[in-house]
Amino acid sequence: MATTAPLIICEHCDCVYEKVTLAKHQKALCTRCGGVLARYNGLSVQQRLALSFTAAVLWTFANFYPVMSISLKGMRNSATLWDSVVALSQGPITFIALVAAISIIIAPMFQLLLLIWVLSFALTSRRSPGFKLCMRWLETLRPWSMLEVCLLGAMVAVFKLAGLLDVLPGIGMFALALLSLLLIRIAGRDVRDLWDTL
Amino acid sequence: MNRPPLASELNLCLCHSCGMACDMTDQPHECERCGAPLHARKPDSLTRTWAYLLASLVFYIPANLLPVMNTSLFGNGSDSTIMSGVLEFWAHGAWDIALIIFIASIAVPGIKFVALSLLLITVQRGSFWARKERSRLYRFVELIGYWSMLDVIVVALVAALVKFQALGDIEPRPGILFFGLVVVFTMLSAMSFDPRLIWDNERDRALQNPQDEEPMDEVPSH
Repeated sequence: MATTAPLIICEHCDCVYEKVTLAKHQKALCTRCGGVLARYNGLSVQQRLALSFTAAVLWTFANFYPVMSISLKGMRNSATLWDSVVALSQGPITFIALVAAISIIIAPMFQLLLLIWVLSFALTSRRSPGFKLCMRWLETLRPWSMLEVCLLGAMVAVFKLAGLLDVLPGIGMFALALLSLLLIRIAGRDVRDLWDTL
Repeated sequence: MNRPPLASELNLCLCHSCGMACDMTDQPHECERCGAPLHARKPDSLTRTWAYLLASLVFYIPANLLPVMNTSLFGNGSDSTIMSGVLEFWAHGAWDIALIIFIASIAVPGIKFVALSLLLITVQRGSFWARKERSRLYRFVELIGYWSMLDVIVVALVAALVKFQALGDIEPRPGILFFGLVVVFTMLSAMSFDPRLIWDNERDRALQNPQDEEPMDEVPSH
């Protein structure tokens, strides 16, 4: 089977290529359909693990501190991400609360936990227990993790309420901004490289 | 046209989970490296994509007609739909915010309906028309997929914040449920579509008449 290892197949049109080593800022494109075959992966295991821990800290900030707070005639109120999920769960629309919870809280959390688990073992060039399962879950979770959408949504909410009352973005909002950027960097497709190196 | 060899010609199969090129000589059902099920093409791709697409199209109607939230300030309650939210921002001069919401909530699902239907119909007709561009269109649909969740998040946050009983209260309304379902189902629809089907007609034709090995790149469809 070792003969099939250095091949890459374009997932958009099934063309087969030999794997090439990419330099910084380079990416490999399929000649037939123009899809991206591979991108340069600039993160070492140590760097990715360090960023994962950073992201985990940011995740706790984003979830335990209010995303924003408002005041109206002397009354104050603030909301965390969890509060907003709870706000959706009332009445006949509970299902959408589940979708929201998965996309802005649960999926990012599991992505980070799985990354930290897999990368801590990768640090010593070992495959973690349940490596296959963890890597497959990382693939499954990726499309459902929507923190960058959540960030834009929070900003729109600030503007929506700013006309009615006083709005103040909280610590949670800033943590959310950093976390969504970090997740794009560390939980992307290039995690797959671990399959080749371990 | 000189193109690289195809996975099917080399008897290989791409594992969608770990990206390995799996040898299919022993017809394995699972990727030997990561254990994910192997399929030469996504199973029942066209049927599933159509089904999810039609389901989301049905949900799109109540998502736009039903109110997504109810705002009551100082005793005056009013329901608002997605479109009335956009118009409200527009009327207050916040055209940039209005544009963001309009693109995320109305244009993106619309583009996805049109794009996926176009892809499905051309694939079913075995069309050779603009295959590279259609591949790009599919990648674009995948990219914009989840941005429609924007409105769900906005309604959730706003409803969680404004809870002052008599003074002011904002509650979510069933429209947002249908709206979320539209997003989920269009995402499932895009995921079940197999972009390799766009290119398969070349192989099929080569199988039908082997002497015609190199089909021309751009053959207009009929």
